[in-house]
Amino acid sequence: MSLTLTSAEARAPITLPPLVTAVNRERLAATATPASQKMEVNCVSVYYGKFRALADVSISIAPTKITALIGPSGCGKSTLLRSLNRMNDVTPSARLEGEVLLDGANIYAPQTDVVDVRRRVGMVFQRPNPFPKSIYDNVAYGPRLYGVRRKNDLDEIVEHSLRRAALWDEVKDKIGQSGMALSGGQQQRLCIARALAVEPEVILMDEPASALDPVATLKIEELMQELKAEYTIVIVTHNMQQAARVSDYTGMMMMRPDRAGELIEFSATPVIFTRPQDKRTEDYVTGRFG
Amino acid sequence: MTTSSPALSNRRFIRSSTGYMRRQVVNRVMLSLTGVLTALALLPLFWIIGYVFIKGSQSLSLDFFTKLPTPLGIPGGGVLHAIEGTVVLTILAGLFAIPPGVLAAFYVAGHPNTPLGVAVRFGTDVLAGVPSIVVGLFGYALVVKNQGHYSALAGGIALAIIMLPTIVRTTEEMLKLVPHTLREGSLALGAPEWKTSLSVTLQAAANGILTGFLLGLARASGETAPLLFTALGNEHFEVVRLVQGGLRNGQNLGAILVNLVEQPADSLPLTMWKYAQQPYAERIQQSWAVALVLMLFVLLINILVRVWSHARTSRMQGG
Repeated sequence: MSLTLTSAEARAPITLPPLVTAVNRERLAATATPASQKMEVNCVSVYYGKFRALADVSISIAPTKITALIGPSGCGKSTLLRSLNRMNDVTPSARLEGEVLLDGANIYAPQTDVVDVRRRVGMVFQRPNPFPKSIYDNVAYGPRLYGVRRKNDLDEIVEHSLRRAALWDEVKDKIGQSGMALSGGQQQRLCIARALAVEPEVILMDEPASALDPVATLKIEELMQELKAEYTIVIVTHNMQQAARVSDYTGMMMMRPDRAGELIEFSATPVIFTRPQDKRTEDYVTGRFG
Repeated sequence: MTTSSPALSNRRFIRSSTGYMRRQVVNRVMLSLTGVLTALALLPLFWIIGYVFIKGSQSLSLDFFTKLPTPLGIPGGGVLHAIEGTVVLTILAGLFAIPPGVLAAFYVAGHPNTPLGVAVRFGTDVLAGVPSIVVGLFGYALVVKNQGHYSALAGGIALAIIMLPTIVRTTEEMLKLVPHTLREGSLALGAPEWKTSLSVTLQAAANGILTGFLLGLARASGETAPLLFTALGNEHFEVVRLVQGGLRNGQNLGAILVNLVEQPADSLPLTMWKYAQQPYAERIQQSWAVALVLMLFVLLINILVRVWSHARTSRMQGG
């Protein structure tokens, strides 16, 4: 724990200077035209059976930026995240109202191919979930799905993806061994490599470091900073220091009295953490509840 | 954290002596009791194995595994027909039971609360309770009656019905143990459901499913009753001879295989049952030996699958 805090302190000066311009960026984010956003969530409500889990959420995901979703447990962060690549489809009783645009096209439109959506919007889960296959086959799983068959091509994809996930040097000599034999942090980077292998445009991360120790967490956070040059990242996190450290924009979510989750504030990250508009956001980020 | 006065604390309800000596004695007594009863429960197993081994090993020889039975009064001979018959019947049963069983298990594990899912679970439970002799009669009515003769095919189908519930239920249990997050990892990459089931879920559950096959095969290879009205028994069942005969007649492999499963077939338990009924000492003696061979056969399946699945596990899970 102390390690996370020290790293936060060490990084604080790097994160905070954009504060001055952040106020401008906040206005920009609010007035930005849809075309400049990678994803647009418009008035989305999600139901599980009769239960409304998400109420009229609208949020914009800026390209090649990290957007964090924070809020207390049960406020619908994961539900919102999973609606961005239609992972809620897996739950039989789930139903979605509203629209989610990816590059301006509604991913819930009837003619949309869910496979295409999930290739373009990859996902990393809370608990590392490598398949019970070799490291190589874990990374090659996605490309093989999309028809890559030639050994040379696969080799190149695997190496490149593992390098992007900062795992190559640690595993290059045991690429044929099981992915499940790796440490937790390595497993999570393997899952990131697996997601990167199909060249997604957006990467969703559902509390990617909550099952990891502080050192492994730091590695994942550094990796996210590198990845955002090419990818749009949306991360759900319980750890507010993490949101403050890594993200460019932050959405604060809360549970309404009827237990449906809503987005109560969305701004540039420095604004959320230093000058929140909503009293509840301020209470939450200052640790007064949650 | 306020300290309450002694009168109000819970301490006044708790005896100062916790009876340590008494607990130790009770612990010893109960521990020895459970130990003795465990040994008692294992006794029948070792008794059977030991007794069959002593009685059966006397007439075991290489000929016993490689020769067909000799007529009564002529020494020597073996039970090759029963060994080959058991192998053929078990393979047939596995072919008929495993694919539909595994697919049904996938359906039930994925859709447990749909009407069909509930019906399949209930149906397999009932099927597991159907007496095996009734399954034999069913095989007779379904195959023998229609074909007009007894056959290994009819026996294989009867045994498949015996295996089916074991395979569906164990496979279902093993599939349910696969963490949901693993399936989601595959789905999130854009893999369709069937691909996820086949290459991730099945692989993660493979060892448990294999154990299910094993239990089913072991159970089927030891059944007698379903074969009485289906495979009947055949003292001349010899795979090599049937194949050679087919080749001589210029048949292709498919025709030879069809001819093979169209023959009545024998099996180890069937032979054991028949021999034990005969009033001749040498047949009864051979019956013990067949019992031993049957036990070794089941043991062999067990060991092979375990060795294989262990090698697989340590490779895939990085042991």
